[in-house]
Amino acid sequence: MSSSYLLRRVGYGLLLMLGVVVLNFLLIRLAPGDPAVVIAGEMGGATEEMLESIREEYGLNKPVLVQLWIYVAGVAQGNLGESFFFNQPVAKLIADRIGPTILLVVTAQLMSIALGVFLGVLAARKPNGVMSAFVSVFATIGYAVPVFWTGIMLIILFASSFPIFPVEGMQSVKLRDAAWYVQTADVLHHLILPAFTLAIIYLAQYARLSRASMLEVLGSDYIRTARAKGAPEKSVLFKHALRNAALPILTVAGLQFGNLISGALLVETVFNWPGMGRLAFDSILRRDYPTIMGVLFFASAMVVVANILTDISYRWADPRLRGKS
Amino acid sequence: MTDTPDYKAESPALEAWRMFRRNIPALCGVAMLTVIVLATLYGTFFYSGDPFDVVWAPHEPPGATPEFPLGTDYLGRNIVAGMLTGGGPTLAVGAAAAAITMVIGISLGALAGYYGGWVDNLLMRITEFFQVLPALLFAMVLVTLFSPSLWTIAIAIGVVSWPQTARLTRAEFLKIKELEYVTAARAIGARNKRIIWKVILPNAMPPLIVSATLTIGVAILFEAGLSFLGLGDPNVMSWGLMIGANREYILDAWWPVTFPGLAIFFTVFAVSLIGDGLNDAFNPKLRER
Repeated sequence: MSSSYLLRRVGYGLLLMLGVVVLNFLLIRLAPGDPAVVIAGEMGGATEEMLESIREEYGLNKPVLVQLWIYVAGVAQGNLGESFFFNQPVAKLIADRIGPTILLVVTAQLMSIALGVFLGVLAARKPNGVMSAFVSVFATIGYAVPVFWTGIMLIILFASSFPIFPVEGMQSVKLRDAAWYVQTADVLHHLILPAFTLAIIYLAQYARLSRASMLEVLGSDYIRTARAKGAPEKSVLFKHALRNAALPILTVAGLQFGNLISGALLVETVFNWPGMGRLAFDSILRRDYPTIMGVLFFASAMVVVANILTDISYRWADPRLRGKS
Repeated sequence: MTDTPDYKAESPALEAWRMFRRNIPALCGVAMLTVIVLATLYGTFFYSGDPFDVVWAPHEPPGATPEFPLGTDYLGRNIVAGMLTGGGPTLAVGAAAAAITMVIGISLGALAGYYGGWVDNLLMRITEFFQVLPALLFAMVLVTLFSPSLWTIAIAIGVVSWPQTARLTRAEFLKIKELEYVTAARAIGARNKRIIWKVILPNAMPPLIVSATLTIGVAILFEAGLSFLGLGDPNVMSWGLMIGANREYILDAWWPVTFPGLAIFFTVFAVSLIGDGLNDAFNPKLRER
């Protein structure tokens, strides 16, 4: 992979992020009412002094373009403003919560791809078999279930009937002082239900997609060659075929990342997972705009990074693309 | 010279309809959706009552009192009343949001695909920008900034969901604009506007219709998610709001959250069965798979 390609890709990503910053700025100005009051959180409790300091910090008495410049320059230096509700810098609020969100989203993504591809490959072996029928029905159901409702149903199921998984939060309070491996195991234990809830929707889609993609690949000449030379069925399916069928799955995985973050927002709210989604929900209820804008910025940044990683892995998976820019 | 046989080619729409008619899951979807729409439109006719009224003791289990077949919620509100009136806003917002999505997506996608060059470049960069914003979060921000009503919610959902439609439309236009009948239309002097809307668009419709159906499903889930978070119109009962309002008490009573969730599920399920059926009907080749 050429480094100039990577450089261009990152540069474009930064440009998109600049767009998000400008959008944030515009949204605050488009909101009805005095921007200073909007930024203070419309709590009615903001004193004139507070409003004056906001006007000073954001340069609200200056021309709009100067205001934009102040805002963009601030964000570039890592200053996302102050949350008047949490009484903390927004950057700190997000830094505390971005880890749990990444953990949840990445786990759900890996879970859904692994299980989905496995189901899809099984289904592709017999296109008219029971497994194929199951995959299509499951995919349609998975698409139609509201993710927050799945979470609630799982909580009801596991809280009383099968209390084997914790249904709330990320850590047990009583394990605060335990050894690190006990704590890690505890977090993973808490992670199972939320990650599975989030994975269900996409799991079904990956299963359907990999079934279709595998069926196409299994009809090709090199698979017939592999079978003819006597390669075991397992190696034909998982080595020869899957590697070629994986490309469309990778594309969709990249495109899905934004949706996954939207889903995480609901799942975090249901399971009280201490991530950015939960923070977004709390700050939206309080109309704490600096925090909301900060979350929007970082959530978009996560999508941009995911897209770049998808591009890189795509080139890694498909040798035909290497060297091209 | 022999007489040409009196044979009329079947129109593509008729052929698709013939295929659709034989698709049992899709017909089940149509039946389910019809029942749901009729229930939300005329249900209150049989079962009147404000869904916000407290009518009984809280958390009455379903079936315990004949007047409240699905029980009552944490305030003692009738769940059947909520189910019947709560579907209307969800379906209306879903349909309106899907319409807005299609209008924005088709317009931008058609312009980008047809004109190409810098128009395409500019519009695709805008599309990519919107795809970077996590849709639900952006919709939440829009709804909060511009106070929630059914219209702002529908517009917010439309504004965040159009990029996929735009990409699909663009791809179709890129494919179709090279075909001979488009060249023929240009040769007889048709203007760009006419070629876009009257020549290419009708031929690009089949995949767009399928995508519109799926968009309705996604928009319904979106509306449900926003109402669940309490960002819907607080004065309008909706299925998502019922789940959101009762979620603190799920361990005391399972029914106030279960029934509205099932309603959302069956609605979206019906819509996606119809979408799959349309997809098969328009692409007979895919039926072999």
